[in-house]
Amino acid sequence: MSKLTPPLPKFLRPAPPRPSEKERSSDNGEPNGKPGRADKLRESAGEGGAQVVGWLDERTGASPFLRGALYRKVPKGTNWFYTLGSATMFAFVSQAVTGVFLAMYYNPDATRAYESASHITNEVFLGELVRGMHKWGSTVMIVLLFLHMARTFVFGAYKYPRELNWVIGVVLLVLTLAMGLTGYLLPFDQRSYWATIVAVNLNASAPLIGPFLADFLRGGGEFSATTITRFYALHMLLIPGLIAALIGAHLYLVAKLGTTAPPWLRAEKKELTKEEI
Amino acid sequence: MADKQSKQTPPRKSRYTADHGMAGAFEGETVTRRRFMTGGALAAGGIASAAFALPALGFALAPMFKDATPDRWQDVGPESDFNPTTYVPRVVNTDPGVGEAGKATIYVRKFDPESDKPSPSDQGKDPIPYVVVSTRCAHLGCPVRYYQAPKRFVCPCHGGIYDFQGKVAGGPPVRPLDRFDARASNGRVEVGERFSVNSELRRFSPRDPSNHLDGLWQYLYPSRPST
Ligand code: HEM
Ligand code: FES
Repeated sequence: MSKLTPPLPKFLRPAPPRPSEKERSSDNGEPNGKPGRADKLRESAGEGGAQVVGWLDERTGASPFLRGALYRKVPKGTNWFYTLGSATMFAFVSQAVTGVFLAMYYNPDATRAYESASHITNEVFLGELVRGMHKWGSTVMIVLLFLHMARTFVFGAYKYPRELNWVIGVVLLVLTLAMGLTGYLLPFDQRSYWATIVAVNLNASAPLIGPFLADFLRGGGEFSATTITRFYALHMLLIPGLIAALIGAHLYLVAKLGTTAPPWLRAEKKELTKEEI
Repeated sequence: MADKQSKQTPPRKSRYTADHGMAGAFEGETVTRRRFMTGGALAAGGIASAAFALPALGFALAPMFKDATPDRWQDVGPESDFNPTTYVPRVVNTDPGVGEAGKATIYVRKFDPESDKPSPSDQGKDPIPYVVVSTRCAHLGCPVRYYQAPKRFVCPCHGGIYDFQGKVAGGPPVRPLDRFDARASNGRVEVGERFSVNSELRRFSPRDPSNHLDGLWQYLYPSRPST
């Protein structure tokens, strides 16, 4: 009796029958035809995964949601440009992961920041690589973000009913740029110091609210020890949290509304026959 | 008949839940228990959230109301170091907590009664005996450098140029370079608070670069609440 077996590791796979045992009812079974221990093991191993998934699903009811998100219908003509959003998200995840590891060595104290950053680059094992990934990755994320935005704009994906997703996207854009601004100060070298002074003073040039905005960013009237801790807290707690939450909302809407078809696809019109007219 | 009735104004709704035939309504009850509980839960949640959100917000915003340049007099050298014809660079601490980043370069010279007109703010008072100029460009805050031959301050960032008084001579800056209070005491020159000046060298509370202090523009850039 041949049964469909799931892909099992070799030691669980039924051994082919020896020439003298052709008449055995089940592989590796006992001579009387009852299933043996190996049979039972094989069976439960094959179903183990399904059982775990089943256990979880029974207790969360997640499968309809996941099915809706993962097996949703996609219009004809979707192409590589539709992967730019996911690419941006991947860049964000990469920034989050490398950032967490940088935080293990980085010290946001105004007198220690520069030293700890150069310690990461020069002494920590693979530090140069991780810091480099975070630094260049920030540029990559912003480039991908603009490409993704261009895709949704050129394809008209911002139109009804996806306006809200465009609005969420704009907030994500601003938050991502704010990540760039707050992160730029952290190496605390001459370039980041003066660039941040200029950036904060640019904020100060806004009419009416400018002076208050600049004081809020600096944590006072002068660039001080609070400025760098403030930027650090914004850079690694507040803004990434907001970005993660908004990416969740962004993707929920993508799954809920479906993606747009490319604009060059027209709805197929049926040619009407004479009788139908 | 039916038409006539519908045109009449509907009778005013009773305030009492009992009059609406609600199940379990009390005599004299005007707010249903469901509404009362909803409102109570929202209020409790609101109070609980405010209890942590308001202190946190105050914590984050407090520095905006702190005195930007606390009173502190710093010694920059003996009076004999300075003269009225050229600026001498000195380093002062603007913030003691941040190491090198809290230091700032300033330019110091003696006040010259012949070429320096007293500031309109000095009417009736002695002018500040030393002209102490901040190196923070009034455009966006880059550090300016003084050149003796043309007697000009030049900014490396966007080409801002200031004359010997620190007034704008070219480029994008919107007002003269900031100045510091100065005094002579026991033969030493001491530098105090920073202040901003407009194009007539009238004295204003310390402002950020890019904030105008002349004409109608000045009303778009209010002073800090602390000053
Ligand atoms: C952190 C930044 C962002 C991430 C991680 C992100 C991620 C995504 C992903 C994965 C998709 C679905 C796949 C795709 O269509 O590419 C998507 C769709 C979309 N995104 Fe973004 N996005 C970001 C920023 C933006 C920005 C800045 C805009 C525009 C202002 C935007 C507007 C949209 C729109 C309108 C859609 C729907 C596209 C459609 O239905 O065809 N997103 N986003
Ligand atoms: S900062 Fe000096 S000219 Fe712009």
